[in-house]
Amino acid sequence: MVLTAPDPNKVGTIEDAIADLKAAFPNDVSDDKREGYGGVIVSADKLLEVASYIRDTLKFDYLSSATAVDYLGEGHHSNDHMEMVYHAYRTTGGSALVFKAQTDREKAELPSLVSVWRGADFQEREAWDLFGIRFKGHPNLKRILMWEGFYGHPMRKDWKEAFYESEHKPFDSRWPEGHVYRAEELNVFGSNVKYPSDIDLSRLTDKSESDLYTGFGLGVDMTHMTDENGIQTDELVVNMGPHHPSTHGVFRMVMRLDGETITHLEPVMGYLHRNHEKIGERNTYLHNIPFTDRLDYISSMGNNHGYVLAVEQLLAKGAKYTPPTYRTEVLRVLMVELSRIVNHLWAIGFWLNDLGAFFTPVLYFVQERERILDFFEAVAGSRMMCNYMRFGGVFADLPERIKSTMNLMNDRVRDFDTMQFLQEMINERIPRTIDELDEYLTNSDIVQSRSKGVGYLSAEDAINFSAAGPLLRGSGVAYDIRRADPYSIYPELDFDVAVQHEGDMYARYMVRLIEMRESVRILKQILPRLEYTKGESVTSSFAYSGKIPLGEAYGRVENGKGELGYYVVSAGDKKNTANPWRYHVRAPSFINLTPLGHMCRGTKVADVVAILGSIDIVLGETDR
Amino acid sequence: MELNLAELNRTQYPIPAELQNNVAITSLSKIYNWGRRNSMWPMLFGLACCAIEMIATASSRFDFSRFGMEVMRATPRQSDLMIVSGTVTKKMVVPIVRLYNQMPEPKYVLAMGACASGGGPFKEGYNVVSGIDKYLPVDVYVPGCPPTPQALLYGLIALQKKIDGQSIITSDDVPWYGVGPSDPTPIPILGPDIIDPRQMDMIRRQAEQAARGGTFAVRELPAVAKTAAALPAQKAAPAAAAAAPAAGTMTPEEERRAAALARKAARAAKSAGEAAPAAAPTAAAPLPGGSKPWEESHDIREQRKAAALARKAARASKSEG
Amino acid sequence: MNGIGFVKGMLVTLRHFVNTYVDDLRYGFRKYSPDVDNFETRQGTKAEGAFTVQYPEEKLAMPERFRFVPFLVVNDYDHPEAPGKDWCTSCGICAKVCPPQCIWIVRSNDPVTGRPVPEPEAFFIDIDICMNCGFCAEFCPFDAIKMDHDYELSSYDRTTNHVFDKQKLSKEFKYWKTIAPTRAVEEMQARGGWEHKDAQKAARRGGADAGKDAKREEVRARKAEAAAPTAAPAAEAVAEAPKPAAEVKAEPAAAPAAEGARPWEESHDQREARKQAALARKAARAAKKDG
Repeated sequence: MVLTAPDPNKVGTIEDAIADLKAAFPNDVSDDKREGYGGVIVSADKLLEVASYIRDTLKFDYLSSATAVDYLGEGHHSNDHMEMVYHAYRTTGGSALVFKAQTDREKAELPSLVSVWRGADFQEREAWDLFGIRFKGHPNLKRILMWEGFYGHPMRKDWKEAFYESEHKPFDSRWPEGHVYRAEELNVFGSNVKYPSDIDLSRLTDKSESDLYTGFGLGVDMTHMTDENGIQTDELVVNMGPHHPSTHGVFRMVMRLDGETITHLEPVMGYLHRNHEKIGERNTYLHNIPFTDRLDYISSMGNNHGYVLAVEQLLAKGAKYTPPTYRTEVLRVLMVELSRIVNHLWAIGFWLNDLGAFFTPVLYFVQERERILDFFEAVAGSRMMCNYMRFGGVFADLPERIKSTMNLMNDRVRDFDTMQFLQEMINERIPRTIDELDEYLTNSDIVQSRSKGVGYLSAEDAINFSAAGPLLRGSGVAYDIRRADPYSIYPELDFDVAVQHEGDMYARYMVRLIEMRESVRILKQILPRLEYTKGESVTSSFAYSGKIPLGEAYGRVENGKGELGYYVVSAGDKKNTANPWRYHVRAPSFINLTPLGHMCRGTKVADVVAILGSIDIVLGETDR
Repeated sequence: MELNLAELNRTQYPIPAELQNNVAITSLSKIYNWGRRNSMWPMLFGLACCAIEMIATASSRFDFSRFGMEVMRATPRQSDLMIVSGTVTKKMVVPIVRLYNQMPEPKYVLAMGACASGGGPFKEGYNVVSGIDKYLPVDVYVPGCPPTPQALLYGLIALQKKIDGQSIITSDDVPWYGVGPSDPTPIPILGPDIIDPRQMDMIRRQAEQAARGGTFAVRELPAVAKTAAALPAQKAAPAAAAAAPAAGTMTPEEERRAAALARKAARAAKSAGEAAPAAAPTAAAPLPGGSKPWEESHDIREQRKAAALARKAARASKSEG
Repeated sequence: MNGIGFVKGMLVTLRHFVNTYVDDLRYGFRKYSPDVDNFETRQGTKAEGAFTVQYPEEKLAMPERFRFVPFLVVNDYDHPEAPGKDWCTSCGICAKVCPPQCIWIVRSNDPVTGRPVPEPEAFFIDIDICMNCGFCAEFCPFDAIKMDHDYELSSYDRTTNHVFDKQKLSKEFKYWKTIAPTRAVEEMQARGGWEHKDAQKAARRGGADAGKDAKREEVRARKAEAAAPTAAPAAEAVAEAPKPAAEVKAEPAAAPAAEGARPWEESHDQREARKQAALARKAARAAKKDG
């Protein structure tokens, strides 16, 4: 089943949709006329109606990203205000309808869109947590990444952490008069802490836990509850994580159980919230590339790709811009597809862990992963944190040979021809591993009986919850960005979108399996392209202190875990366009958790870890 | 729901009557250490990117079961080694300290990667703890971002060498062989920002100072001649600075005040046109030890011992007073 | 179904189990012997079964592009003209391009004229912040900072060991040629010779260069003089300091001896001592291995 780009005559282009929208709401929708910006600005009080219209009449049924921007002292584009930016897509394909709503900074409040798209739930909580925008009508507006009781909203431009040194990198203290003060020495407490000066230590309590459990109806008298036989029952609250071997990192779930059946589940995250976006706004555009490696650290190549695409969109707005060469694109696709295979091998292996096949399958699949990582190490320099892509280029071309050199005592050298290595991997080893995986698991009775019919998510719900990647395609929605909104050289490559209609864990497993096969199919088409583009330049011409034209861009790729998007705003006065004004990551691992509670309701507690495993999250990306 | 966390974290459990008065300590350090280092069970506990490399180390290619570490335990109560593999956030350090307190002694901590050692690239982040050693005593630091599996193996070997060098008689760097139970590490509190209970006094003083119109939590750095002065000071207070968070004898403020005084002296000396006094020779001395951490020289070890003794004395006098 | 799929899965497990012994059968006791060229097979695409690297006894060598913490390139210690001279010109690009900002550089100035001199007075990298991204090496216009391959850096104490200073960071150019032969050649071609970019430029300019070099020496001598009073209490330093400028010129590395008070300025003697110690260690290690 091949999805082609939808016929614009049938569904209408974005311009048609915007014209339609403006006709329907003449007073409340206006074009965004700022330099380099697109989409429309919607007045805050009509936001809910406009959103319903966009979803129901214009058929933009998929809300990809919702994020806030703080325009404090920006100066070039607009006065101080807060802005929510929404990107909506049609699941039949095509590009985004961008709409924005503005609000005052002091009394930041906007209507919540959770009633229209439930996928906005976590994203609005994040905007409340980090930006302090209140969402009217949100069912559960609590902090999500920081803890309840934390002082301030850290992503606001006027919020400075204790180790704050200056607004933008590079810091002046590094050169020419560098000093070796560690950041700790700037603060008398010796660590990155900052207390309000009116701190009241006598009334200090850890509110985060009690609030969480109160939200579960603890304290409500449950003694009168009886089951169908008239026996008095009680509900039990079980906490899982953040230290739990099956949560794929430091994720936490709090569940209310009736017997063994889950009646309510709430994900708790932020245990790996390492302030990627705040640091990203201080970094220069180039600095951010190695930081993106650490988002989804299983497939760093894909993370690089999404980010460079976003920045290249911005660069294309300027006068001097040379798009990446064909070989660059070929190399990017090669790397991204290899890391998709790595990602799926890892995901399936650990999902089997969660099903109870403790570590045996993982170890089988990790063997193959190691060889791919060897290749990454030889080409990009690191096994995991590849830092390979640059704006308009890549770090370096493939080396002639994958050759290691003697350095330490007892070193054993490896030496392979790169192309031969790739050919053997792509034509033989990887397909063999996938076949073995298929033989090992697909028909296994245990896998089937554990996973079929469990963790069900319907197609409508999957779209409404903004699910992405195998989670969405496992529910029967053939939405793959490589086909729906193509980028790079994917239009000319021949591959199918993997889709399964059952919507359960097994369907997601099958999607991953098929997708690996499709990746191999793509890689086989990449090999001849690598041969005949030999010698083409792949280096980037972007200087280390390069400036980026003003505007906004949203670059998105189909990463192993789903749609990975980067919303980058270049604003502020011209001097500071070396640093992004806003840098937001639309993380699939984060948004795919929105339906977790929905999927787990009514299932047994033993299936929870497996359902979580079938979503396939990585905490670096969830918490950023 | 009332979770009695204090109860969970107590390490002092009553010894059954039949086991009392039955423990004989001999000088079998060697055999003891040999057994201990070859059955080091790490905790199955990953934080971030480094955890993936830790899993790769456990998998068949690098296979740390060759060192007696194959049994990764999911519960702290069965593990000897905590590999802090990844960025420690303020939200996460609370459970980490709790887990550490639940580990039975002897227990070791290995800080894997730049983040766990010193905050790493995310150090400036508002939710990031700049190094797990701010809360727990760390035995081995493995630099790298992330350390490759081989680098981690090297760190684990370094840890084994460290255990080899320990004696079960002296309780200086192995506090668990001393008399009586050791104190649990106080668990940080998530208030307006994370609060280390050991710093409570200092926070209070700072708040009072702020109420009187002073600055809150900001330190002024000397403006000029910083490089010349800073480094000797940094190097002059070597082991003490490292051990302070763990031993908790010198409060961080005292320690910092000492460092500041040293810096001031150095600066004064420099402006007077003289070499920085005692600090300079120490700093100019060659790097400690050989190329491997366990090959450290006799002098360094002696120095460390002296520092430990001083700490002990300070602790004793503190408990008396 | 009826369990057939399950049995098939178990057969896969059995195959893996058998495969773990393939190498043992093929090579027998010589499996780990360094003479047998089986390592590449075990680590390559033709391998069957598990392929454990017996770490401390045999190590996976690192590919050329591998990046761990950076190091600074200096001239070889047996360089005929300027042994141990920094390649770094303290232009500061690495400090600016470093994403987590873990590099601190002090630019050195001529104490008399106050003009900047193209070599760093101090250079620090905090390896507890460094993210091994390799940008510093990628953007350095002088090939003066490179990513190291030595990953065996574990230590027991981070406060004293993890801020690398210039002394600890400096490695000979020879070393770079060993760990990355292909790239060293590529860079040499780009530079136009094995020497440092500036040295090449100077050489090309010929006569004009001599004057400039002399000037640089002069600066160095002046610096030594300026630093001399600082080191006055140290008896050896007193003996060294009044050396005439000509002598200093003859042995440039000796000049900083006067500045021994500053920890990042190691004297020539110290560097020699360090070199000797390293050689001795190496010999001892080799002897141990043989014995």
